[in-house]
Amino acid sequence: MAEVILKNLCKSFSRTKAVVDMDMTIPDGSFVVLLGPTGAGKTTTLRLISGLETIDSGEVTIDGRVVNEETPAQRDVAMVFQQYSLYPHLSVRDNLAFPLRSPILKTSNQEIERKVAEVAEKLHITSKLDNRATELSGGEMQRVSIGRALVRDPAVFLMDEPLSSLDARLRADLRIELKRIHSELGATLLYVTHDQIEAMTMATHVGVLQEGRLVQFGTPRDIYEDPESIYVASRLGLPRINILPAALFTSTSGMADTIGLRPEHVEYGVGQDASVKRVEHLGDQTRLHLDMQGYNITVLSPAGNPYSAGTTVKIQPVNPLCFDQSGNRITGRDA
Amino acid sequence: MSYSITEPSNGQKWIAGTLVILYAVITMIPLLWIMMTSFKTPPDSISYPPKVFYEPSLEGYVNLFTTRTRVSPEKLASLPPPANFAEEIVRNRDMVIAGPSKFGGRFLNSVIIGFGSTFLSIFLGTLAAYAFSRFKIPLADDLLFFILSTRMMPPIAVAIPIFLMYRKLGLSDTHLGMILLYTAVNISLAVWLLKGFIDEIPREYEEAALIDGYTRFQAFYKVVLPQAATGIASTAIFCLIFAWNEYAFAVLLTSGTAQTAPPFIPTIIGVGGLDWPAIAAGATLFLLPVMIFTVMLRKHLLRGITFGAVRK
Repeated sequence: MAEVILKNLCKSFSRTKAVVDMDMTIPDGSFVVLLGPTGAGKTTTLRLISGLETIDSGEVTIDGRVVNEETPAQRDVAMVFQQYSLYPHLSVRDNLAFPLRSPILKTSNQEIERKVAEVAEKLHITSKLDNRATELSGGEMQRVSIGRALVRDPAVFLMDEPLSSLDARLRADLRIELKRIHSELGATLLYVTHDQIEAMTMATHVGVLQEGRLVQFGTPRDIYEDPESIYVASRLGLPRINILPAALFTSTSGMADTIGLRPEHVEYGVGQDASVKRVEHLGDQTRLHLDMQGYNITVLSPAGNPYSAGTTVKIQPVNPLCFDQSGNRITGRDA
Repeated sequence: MSYSITEPSNGQKWIAGTLVILYAVITMIPLLWIMMTSFKTPPDSISYPPKVFYEPSLEGYVNLFTTRTRVSPEKLASLPPPANFAEEIVRNRDMVIAGPSKFGGRFLNSVIIGFGSTFLSIFLGTLAAYAFSRFKIPLADDLLFFILSTRMMPPIAVAIPIFLMYRKLGLSDTHLGMILLYTAVNISLAVWLLKGFIDEIPREYEEAALIDGYTRFQAFYKVVLPQAATGIASTAIFCLIFAWNEYAFAVLLTSGTAQTAPPFIPTIIGVGGLDWPAIAAGATLFLLPVMIFTVMLRKHLLRGITFGAVRK
């Protein structure tokens, strides 16, 4: 358990800047999710903290100790990779015991047995301990690789899209599992994902990356409700936030150039006309795909859902997010 | 009958089976002939037309392992009865066993030099291949091409410089000299093959091991090597086959202490010419280690040759 501090962290690969001047404090015991599209520098940030990449400039501090010059082994971090992380020539038991047998930990055999049994129990893989790692299903493999991180007691857990190669149901199960483990251990976790549900449900903090920079850091609610730019607003929310010219609605004109309209931030029956192009019934919710003066808008249908494709509906934004020309947020105070 | 792209028709199976068996028989005949000759007596081995059916004899094997002298019939009669089957065979030709032949020693030389150079080629080749596969090496492609280019001429083309160099260095007719020479020839093959195998092993495994508390060398040893075992085994077979069968350099550079079996076997002289059964016996025994080694590793060999052909 430890605090991780990144100070002016920079890393380039030949001509591409992967991480630029990153400052971030990952509080002790927090579950921080890094969000951003491919190439935003999420994985590189993890690899810089773990020591798998060397730092160009800046500083990484783990538990008050600058670790720039330390090897991955010395940094006392555990990492779960997106895939390929189980040693295929070893059994599940040996995979779990592998970090404990390292020259750094040198655990006694009794202790190894106890810890492996404990973790296997926690992740429901006890019956698979003697299988070879390659004989497991995808979900079991990923549980074992999470288990391999859990058998140690590292300063920080780093997870690089650990659930992305799994199917939806397993992902949901493991999400709950991870959250439970986090609250039980009180561990510090840094987690990379594309998946907004993972970010919203598990994180205590979300960091949004854009082209190697940290553009916003806050609680998931902060990021969702109070984004600083269109870019950040687009990271979270499903269906995605609708980005529309402010002039489209008379009620939102003012200093704003663009507004961001979350699908649920719509009032029906008043405002402008929009035609319903498509209706999607998802069971728990219904989505309407609207067309308003050539702009596509996706909204959540009101309860009762009186609309069908081809009809016209009046809508009006409720508390939309306002952005200026360069895409930065205009908050209520200066709007 | 329905058409299938995965299941050949019966006709196709017949044609394929016949071709494979025919080819196998053709390639096996010389080996079979050598083995048959090794169990013939010298007169049977040179009889014309060649004998396919004959009374098997161990004379070739006895002659291979012994040296013999001719004695007068009186002397032969005065000897005590033969102590074993070998003496009995020899006495039927009016001779007695004078002592062991050099074949055992030559065979041992082949084992030392063949396996020694295979081990060294694999050891150096694995380390070099790992470095080429994982590290950013300046001019890596040029270096790899340079390594490969040593195989672009027949090795014997440099026989004379090597002969002179070895004489100067005192490496002529030594085990070390032959091991180094065969290693030098094999290393390019080893580096190239092994680099291919190591390239196929994802780096994530080593990175996981680094984070799990191991050093890079330990990660290499504990994670990369076990997974490269298949590739190492098939590469080892190729290296061993070359070093084991090599004839030209062995003739040129060895004559006594380090002479291997290939140049020795054809020099086995019997009474009134070459002793064909003994030569055939030598060849048969000489084939065995490589055959056993290959059969032992054949599972790896098959997987190894096709390794990486299909992306998993």
